[in-house]
Amino acid sequence: MDSHAAVAHSEAPGHEHPAFLRHHFETVAQQRESASFGMWLFLLTEIMFFGGLFMAYLIFRNWFNPAFVAGSHQLSVPLGTLNTAILITSGFFMALAVHAAEVGRRSALVWYLILTSIFGIAFLGVKYIEYSEKWHDSHVPGIKFSIADFVHPQPDKAGKMRDKPLPVDMAEKTEIYFFLYFAMTGMHAVHMIIGLGLLAWLILRAHRGEFTSGAPNYVAPIENFGLYWHFVDIVWIFLFPLLYLINLHPIS
Amino acid sequence: MSTGALHLPDQATARIPKVNYLNKELGIKSWLLTGDHKRIAMLYLVSITFFFFIGGAFASLIRLELLTPQPDLMASDTYNKMFTMHGVIMIFLFLVPSVPATIGNFLIPIMVGAKDLAFPKVNLLSWYLYVFAGIFILASMILGGVDTGWTFTTPLSTHYLNTHVITTGLGIFIAGFSSIFTGLNFIVTIHRMRAPGMTWFRLPLFCWSNYAASILMVLGTPVLAITLVLVILERTIGIGVFDPAKGGDPLLFQHLFWFYSHPAVYIMILPGMGVISEVISTFSRKRVFGYTAVAFSSVAIAVFGFFVWAHHMFIMGISNYSALVFSLLTMLVAVPSAIKIFNWAFTLYKGSITFETPMLYAFGFMGLFTIGGLTGVFLGSMGMDIHLTETYFIVAHFHFVMVGGMLMAFLSGIHFWWPKMTGRMYPEGISKLAALTTFIGFILTFFPQFVVGYNGMPRRYHAYPPEFQVLNVLSTAGASVLGVGYLLPMLYLAWSLKYGKIAGPNPWEATGLEWQIQSPPLTENFVVTPIVDHEAYDYEYMEAHKEQLVG
Repeated sequence: MDSHAAVAHSEAPGHEHPAFLRHHFETVAQQRESASFGMWLFLLTEIMFFGGLFMAYLIFRNWFNPAFVAGSHQLSVPLGTLNTAILITSGFFMALAVHAAEVGRRSALVWYLILTSIFGIAFLGVKYIEYSEKWHDSHVPGIKFSIADFVHPQPDKAGKMRDKPLPVDMAEKTEIYFFLYFAMTGMHAVHMIIGLGLLAWLILRAHRGEFTSGAPNYVAPIENFGLYWHFVDIVWIFLFPLLYLINLHPIS
Repeated sequence: MSTGALHLPDQATARIPKVNYLNKELGIKSWLLTGDHKRIAMLYLVSITFFFFIGGAFASLIRLELLTPQPDLMASDTYNKMFTMHGVIMIFLFLVPSVPATIGNFLIPIMVGAKDLAFPKVNLLSWYLYVFAGIFILASMILGGVDTGWTFTTPLSTHYLNTHVITTGLGIFIAGFSSIFTGLNFIVTIHRMRAPGMTWFRLPLFCWSNYAASILMVLGTPVLAITLVLVILERTIGIGVFDPAKGGDPLLFQHLFWFYSHPAVYIMILPGMGVISEVISTFSRKRVFGYTAVAFSSVAIAVFGFFVWAHHMFIMGISNYSALVFSLLTMLVAVPSAIKIFNWAFTLYKGSITFETPMLYAFGFMGLFTIGGLTGVFLGSMGMDIHLTETYFIVAHFHFVMVGGMLMAFLSGIHFWWPKMTGRMYPEGISKLAALTTFIGFILTFFPQFVVGYNGMPRRYHAYPPEFQVLNVLSTAGASVLGVGYLLPMLYLAWSLKYGKIAGPNPWEATGLEWQIQSPPLTENFVVTPIVDHEAYDYEYMEAHKEQLVG
């Protein structure tokens, strides 16, 4: 961003300015900074939004720790790890996309955005597999839920017992664990789906060359979407250990 | 010379400018698709006035029912719906957006010397979300209403009531996003769009207080959003998070709900305090005393506001130790509020005070807010609260702050900036009468409620012991006076649109940037970006150089 050029622009009203500069901003730099500041504030609201759920998690995990441990053991750590890797890769391509927009490479930008979406869709695919397992096992709170697996735990495929049987009143609390699992990962998945919708729109616009039209490039939309996408990544980075990795030690 | 410089144009030759934001484009489409912050402010003004009168209609039905000790107008269920709908509409559709979305939307870009808010489309979106939320809430009202109280207390709201909690909840959820977008827009605009020379400490205090309120909107509202989602899920599929039978915790709901809804009180009052700073300074012809202290007290209220929520829960089984901490923190909020009141009083001291209508409302604000605020300290102390909570004392307290404070400030601001918004003056005589009527009606309505509340009359009941009747009759009589006080401005302000005296750019001879441009302003506010070379409220300079500034 050439800030000197931008200053010169504001002093000379007749000067050509980029088509994307809105009338109420003085300079391209001011517009880009405002947009990015707005995005950070929006992400702050997102943190507070998820914060309510994290608060509930904190309280209930303290109260019903054995239920949370037993519930956590029903999740698939390999699938969760796979999804973490998929999401980080998607974020990596997003970072490359921002760079491509900054240096003005149109086709690279389009391809990086497409790769970002493919990995995003893959994440949701894995999530679908996990959710259908939960449905199959009757672990969907409020709709299809049974505490049988926690009162009479079954040995896993290797024939080892992972959990001791829980008393009925504690086993019932696994419903809260699974609710939080669905609420938190579900809310996260909703953010992914919204993100994928935005990505499709950005890919179309990037293909038209809107972001790479020459000096200066219109980086703000790509950059701000990047912030959003990384935020969604970071939420998952917290969700994965909190939900999947509670007390993995084998029972003695 | 830049357009930011102070000047005092001749009032006698004032004309409505040929081109302004109201007539630049015509037709309904140019309004519904506008990006202009001033037009969006007007759209908001019309919509919140509509909802104010609906909320007011519920209030008058409540007062009518309470005229006699026995239930005669409605059954208890209907009465529950009345106060719930009154609360929901007044809080989420009137008080929260009142000053920020109308006066703030109109003025903040002009005050900082910008052409528009940072995100005009987001601003328009926020209005559409507001309307959408209003439709949801109106629909649930028409379908049969909701009777949880505006607090949606669980498990009452999730398990025991068969009314329209879900549609109302969704409406509030959407209204929340409207408020988030307004707050976000203000913060970015104040940070990034200030004109050259407009430093943080030259900003009008109206900007500071809206900035503080915006912080609360941005940080608090999402918590309410997730809480309402949880209530809706609990109601529809029974997830158990607030259901003690399943190990859930109704107190968790209270914590999450009040984490927003207490700061929301400051969202409602802070922008009003900004209006009062502007009005008092203008009509005392003096710089606001202790500008920096008043500016930072807004921020302090916003920050403290996030750490006092549990004072709504003293009788709900929280631990005594945490109640003690919240009690002390609650009293801390009184400090920045008092700083404001004292500084306004010192601004008046030795000022050249004139008693125009906005100033009358501002005096009303100072008196009523002080009473409302001090009774808040009573309620913040644990022992008193256990006696007074859930009585009419609470009702009187928050109406003194919200109606006596915020509504007075809103009316003060509307009168003060009406010439700027429309280019015409309101009629001074009848508006003074309206201000006086409002004040008298208000005192008559709500002061008796302190007494009945202290004597133990519980809130949210449609029947009460006969010994409270005299005070309740006074209250209902006051409410009818108050109603007249609110209808009058509605009528004469509408009248003034066509017949009001032409205002000219600076009818109050005020110093703010908004008074240095034409009334009504151009769509782009300023012809040339202003360069600010005066401190805020530089009345000393203006009075000393009056002759040079005229013309």
